[in-house]
Amino acid sequence: MKQFKKLVVPYIIWSAVFVVFPLVLIFLYAVTTGGNSLVNIKFTWDSFQKMAEPIYVSVFLRSLKLGVITTIICLGLGYPLAYMISKCREQVQVILILFITIPMWINTLLRTYAWISILQDNGLLNSLLEWLGFGKLHFMYTDVAVVMGLVCDLLPFMIIPIHTVLTKMDHSLIEAAQDLGADKWQVFGKVIFKMSIPGVLNGVTMVFLLAISAFVIPKLLGGAQYFLIGNLIEDQFLNVGNWNFGSAISIILALAILLIINLMRKVDSDGAGGDEE
Amino acid sequence: MKKHIELTENDNVNEDNLKVSGKRKDKNMKSKKLGSILYIGLVFFFLYLPIFVTMIFSFNSSKSLTRWDGFSLRWYERLWTDRDIIAAVWVSVSIALLATVVSTILGTITAIGLSKCRKVLKEWILNVNNIPVLNPDIVTAIGLMILFSSIGFFEKGYMTMLFAHIIFCTPYVITSVYPKVRALDVNLANAAMDLGATPFQALTKVIFPMIKPGIFAGILLSFTMSFDDFVVSYFVTGNGVSNISIVVYNMTKRTNPTINALSTLVIIVIVITMLIVNLVPMLAKRQDKTNMKNERNTK
Repeated sequence: MKQFKKLVVPYIIWSAVFVVFPLVLIFLYAVTTGGNSLVNIKFTWDSFQKMAEPIYVSVFLRSLKLGVITTIICLGLGYPLAYMISKCREQVQVILILFITIPMWINTLLRTYAWISILQDNGLLNSLLEWLGFGKLHFMYTDVAVVMGLVCDLLPFMIIPIHTVLTKMDHSLIEAAQDLGADKWQVFGKVIFKMSIPGVLNGVTMVFLLAISAFVIPKLLGGAQYFLIGNLIEDQFLNVGNWNFGSAISIILALAILLIINLMRKVDSDGAGGDEE
Repeated sequence: MKKHIELTENDNVNEDNLKVSGKRKDKNMKSKKLGSILYIGLVFFFLYLPIFVTMIFSFNSSKSLTRWDGFSLRWYERLWTDRDIIAAVWVSVSIALLATVVSTILGTITAIGLSKCRKVLKEWILNVNNIPVLNPDIVTAIGLMILFSSIGFFEKGYMTMLFAHIIFCTPYVITSVYPKVRALDVNLANAAMDLGATPFQALTKVIFPMIKPGIFAGILLSFTMSFDDFVVSYFVTGNGVSNISIVVYNMTKRTNPTINALSTLVIIVIVITMLIVNLVPMLAKRQDKTNMKNERNTK
């Protein structure tokens, strides 16, 4: 059995070259200046300082704001749905969850493309509004369009972890609470919701992280002038050509995300009394 | 027979509990149920709205994406003659297949090796393995873009895209295969080798069959991850090589119902695959259950 140990060697080399080394390169670009030639390379923190400029700060704040709004809407829509699904018969649950996952497998680009035709000024939504007697509204290239696209794309990531926790829940605890005289809302607030917190945290983390690093949906539904962190990074690399600054933003984004994940894990294990291994 | 009685007794106990408050709540329950069906329906409508719109307008006879002008298949006919789209489909499918094969092999042998490593090394590898999973796509993408352009070994295009896809698919294979390997009995492979199997035989005849579900999950994940990818492909490609996502991205500036026809075909293929993958095991299970029940009854 010992000889199988050698099987990890290819991946160690592989991940050193293709996973770790690119990160080292990003870091190198972030702390240097002098563009792409190695001759006049100079170490500097300029790229990080540049991020404090008001234009970039506003991009970060907007990403944060949209991330929070998207997460709240996903939680508000997703939690009741996960709860209702968990109340169905087992076979119905399997089918419903399957139909929640199916959109996740379909290309985001293709689904976002459809949103454009729905939200356009003379699109389906406006035709419906007109038909109902309301005036036309402007959706495309606004926060509303971006949030709608993000929620539609990310909702499954919220529903699935919450549903998993709800179905794994020990139902005798609910019965115990009922027997001890808790009313419907007390049972929900003090027992069901509390026990589903790990799933909620999981879903919130996933949705928030995917939303703040989103790049395609804001670009397609928010327009070319609509900048979130992801679009800023793309712009620096593909249009402006300032790889140093683009790398610095990426480093910050990656670190922020790592921090959030660790924080959420800590909250989760504290809350659960550390019952994970 | 005795078992059956025990079962019904249990059921009675539960039913008694319910009956106490059941009748009063009956009406309330019904309206509640209707409410939740309505809510589930609404959210599903929202989730599936873009998919339905795409599918419906792919059969529209005019170029409009908002006004229905009658049924036609002209966009499907157009699809077969659109060279860009055909090329993109070919790139997407071939890269997804190749990336899946390579990352499944690499991921599986790594997962097997991983279970035999010392703890420190194992944790180290698993942490590194998590990097592409946790990192936002765009950071992975620019990392690879910098790598490929600074090495200068590959010309940007098909090969860089393929490598990038293998790189981000492999971690998913490892994370789906490794738990299965860990759950294996350590002595199985040893027993096989004691009985005269070579290590290679132990691997193919004992270990592989037992971790098959994990490998299968890894294959499915990496194929769809690769087939769906836009961000990484967009950054590492070059020389006009595009997959479906990139073509769609470039087409968003002008309306092109051909994309809807393509989407519809992709959606149908994915939905059928997902239904088969998920429902066949379920139906098989149910079949088993009814078979077992029948057997019990005849006894």
